[in-house]
Amino acid sequence: MSLQQAAGRVRSRSHAGYVAYLVHRLSGLALAVFLPFHFFVLGNALNGAAGLDDFLLWAANPWVKLGEWLLVSALALHMAGGIRVLAIEFLPWSERQKTYIMLCIAFAIAAGLLFLLAARHG
Amino acid sequence: MAEFLTVDIWRGGAEGQLQRFDVPRSDNQTVLDVVTHVQKVLEPSLAYRFACRVGMCGSCAMMVNGKARWTCRTHVKKVAADGRLTLEPLANLPRIRDLVADLAPFFDKWQAAGGQFKPQAELGDDFAIVPPSGAARRQADEAIECIGCAVCYASCDVVAGQPDYLGPAALNRAWTLMNDGRDGAQDERLKAVSGAGGCQNCHTQQGCRDACPKGLNPTRSIAGLKRMSLMALIEGRL
Repeated sequence: MSLQQAAGRVRSRSHAGYVAYLVHRLSGLALAVFLPFHFFVLGNALNGAAGLDDFLLWAANPWVKLGEWLLVSALALHMAGGIRVLAIEFLPWSERQKTYIMLCIAFAIAAGLLFLLAARHG
Repeated sequence: MAEFLTVDIWRGGAEGQLQRFDVPRSDNQTVLDVVTHVQKVLEPSLAYRFACRVGMCGSCAMMVNGKARWTCRTHVKKVAADGRLTLEPLANLPRIRDLVADLAPFFDKWQAAGGQFKPQAELGDDFAIVPPSGAARRQADEAIECIGCAVCYASCDVVAGQPDYLGPAALNRAWTLMNDGRDGAQDERLKAVSGAGGCQNCHTQQGCRDACPKGLNPTRSIAGLKRMSLMALIEGRL
């Protein structure tokens, strides 16, 4: 495939619907990868408080907080994107698809900012 | 404006390669003009399709710089700012020769999606009245404008990844018939479009809507079929 063809393939997918699909899929995959770790940490609590406390201490690290912020944003984005897909499939079609996609992004950003705010004061 | 365009055109069938041609630029030149120049002046054996030249028939559709387009309605200046064009047959379809794709699988899927109108009226029945303002008729208003050029089919990533997927055009056709009060094969068609390879496979990427040269929205039709099939499932008709 030539560079020009590759650029064409990217260009032909450069529209809001495709980007929304891609973001929904990638955030879903990221969450699927994260979930086993999440359950592992929760499982630690079953073996006594010490293990979980050690982890929570480690999780106070700003880099971990940054990761958590990414996760919270991805979760919010995936949830809003999922509601958008459900609306497409169960409600009459709306011509405001781009608006809804932007609302999903705005919701994810707002959720991420709320998390950061809570982390700062927590 | 450069004097010549550098045009790479697919030669051969499934196996083949791009062949380079230098085509003189002219004002208001369409991509179809470029292909016609190559065939008439530079390479008479080049195979390609066209008929109306004015965006009525849809037969000149091909991949222009990686995007499916009607070549007759695509100005060179819009797609080849750098003076280069790469032309290939429509994606997601078998290649017959040069720029000609085999559309048989595309239309086979129209059949598989129940794309034929099956009248329920008998001979001697009075004319069916379909008011233009009726809710069902308005649902199909836009979708019936499809001329079957396969641009949406070539632009759909689900078709690319899942060869048995019926595709946007066939499902759009089914949607028009599901909204046709005169049709007598509603349940049968709904079964055809909600089974394997049917409407539930659509990922709502909306590539079909983005690519449709007529500005139609097959994604909307497919979403309509999804709702219809859900209702039919609840009512026990599926």
